[in-house]
Amino acid sequence: MIEIDGITKRYDGITVVNNVSMTIEPRTVTVIVGTSGSGKTTLLRMINRLVEPTAGAIRLDGDDNRSMPGFELRRRIGYAIQGHGLFPHRTVAQNIATVPVLLGWNKARIDAKVTELLTLFQLDPAAFANRFPHELSGGQQQRVGVARALAAEPNVLLMDEPFGALDPIIRAKAQADLLAIQRLLGTTIVLVTHDMDEAFHLAHKIAVMDKGALVQYGRPAELVKDPATAFVQTLIGTSERPFRLLSIETAGDAVEPGPAEGQPLAETVSQRDALSELLWSGRAALPVAATDGTILGRVTLEGLTRRAAKPQ
Amino acid sequence: MRAWIPHLLRAALLVVLIAFLVSPSWFDPLLKPLVQDNAPAIYNQGSLLTLTLLHLRTVAIATTGAIIVAVTLAILVTRSFGAEFLPLSRSLVNVGQTFPPVAVLALAVPILGFGEKPTLVALFLYGLLPIFENTLTGLTTLPPSVMEAARGSGMTDRQRLFKVELPLAMPVILAGIRLSVVISLATATIGSTVAAKTLGEVIIAGLQSNNIAFVLQGGLIVGALAVLIYDGFSAIERVMARRAGLAARS
Repeated sequence: MIEIDGITKRYDGITVVNNVSMTIEPRTVTVIVGTSGSGKTTLLRMINRLVEPTAGAIRLDGDDNRSMPGFELRRRIGYAIQGHGLFPHRTVAQNIATVPVLLGWNKARIDAKVTELLTLFQLDPAAFANRFPHELSGGQQQRVGVARALAAEPNVLLMDEPFGALDPIIRAKAQADLLAIQRLLGTTIVLVTHDMDEAFHLAHKIAVMDKGALVQYGRPAELVKDPATAFVQTLIGTSERPFRLLSIETAGDAVEPGPAEGQPLAETVSQRDALSELLWSGRAALPVAATDGTILGRVTLEGLTRRAAKPQ
Repeated sequence: MRAWIPHLLRAALLVVLIAFLVSPSWFDPLLKPLVQDNAPAIYNQGSLLTLTLLHLRTVAIATTGAIIVAVTLAILVTRSFGAEFLPLSRSLVNVGQTFPPVAVLALAVPILGFGEKPTLVALFLYGLLPIFENTLTGLTTLPPSVMEAARGSGMTDRQRLFKVELPLAMPVILAGIRLSVVISLATATIGSTVAAKTLGEVIIAGLQSNNIAFVLQGGLIVGALAVLIYDGFSAIERVMARRAGLAARS
């Protein structure tokens, strides 16, 4: 659990983050959104003390994050950034091993961890461990960057626009992988982005920052239903509202009993994608299949339309 | 372009240089036409090999000193606590560069006496600037995302310096050292005006006795050394830049 308590950051009298308080539940994905200069990155960087706050406190599982030296705190918190920031003079394996080496793990444990993470991120250890970052594609570099952040098994992973430099196809894959890994490891993820599609796709809770202040913090559906300010409304996009609602949950959540014809949808696709597939195929219903191929039921145009309507 | 031609030329230059230093008499017929009757064509007041080694030793000592001071200074002024000394150290090092080595010799001889010591001082001061400026450039132009990642992964200031900053800046620092060494190789010859044992002795002897062969062989040995050492450093820089992943993108 991360408790942010009245945190404020001023640079030369200019307030960048203004008295922000929020509690981030363990094992969830929290996305901080806002425009450039809204203070979202500064807020994130105060959690691992890359930026020291002017006032307020941040507690991790009850302990003030100033109870240990900054570098020790940062070894316990994963940190992944836009443009990956891999060390160009070190191999993929050495990059991933960065924090374990700092923590003084023995070689066998480090090697095992590197192999485990490379496999988890679908990079063949035999082929990739000894390559240098410049020999990888953008998507592979990004995956190694996240693997490095997770190497010391942190409870908390901070991500600053981690997918910002990726093309749309690789980005969608990277987001899906991140969700799968988050579910597998139970890591608490705090992610900063300005991409609302990304926020709705990933977040359990969304925090909206505007001019240094936290204007709304809640579940994605709440933001669509009750935007706290006109700014939140604009950020979500009036015409996007029904689709935002649908992009929160998966087709599996909208399954109804009954038969349907056609190519089955995977239960993990978003309801927004399911609607798109229904419209494109011209059908009123499509079957939904679990990952093992068994048919769970169907999604219907009518059912999805109901879910896309303004919540009462 | 045939890539092996430059390598062949360098290898040939090295062989000729070594042959000339080990057995100068072989080259006597080549230099004979340059001198008047009866005058010696090959330097005969000492061993050329010994002078060359002493010349290299003087350059090595002065450059090592310059590397230690310039790199340390550049590291200090790029830390947060030393940033305010940046302008001061820059002007100090610049003074070292603009002060003519001859003037340094003239000032140092009364204090240090004749011989190698004043030459070392002059070469040391003259060699600081390229190393300092390059180290500064190397340490201040590191990719911001890499530095952010280094801090974010929990490296201490010292770990960042030795594990990330210096390795990444190394090719640029080496380029500065290469420049400094080549300048020192040439400048060391004037040390012989204050009785330092360098190849300048051969050139000065030639000038005094109007012996072009002496001047030529002294100058050519220094020139050949400079070319070979320059190429050696360039090769090391290329290897390091490739290891640092810097060359691959170009």
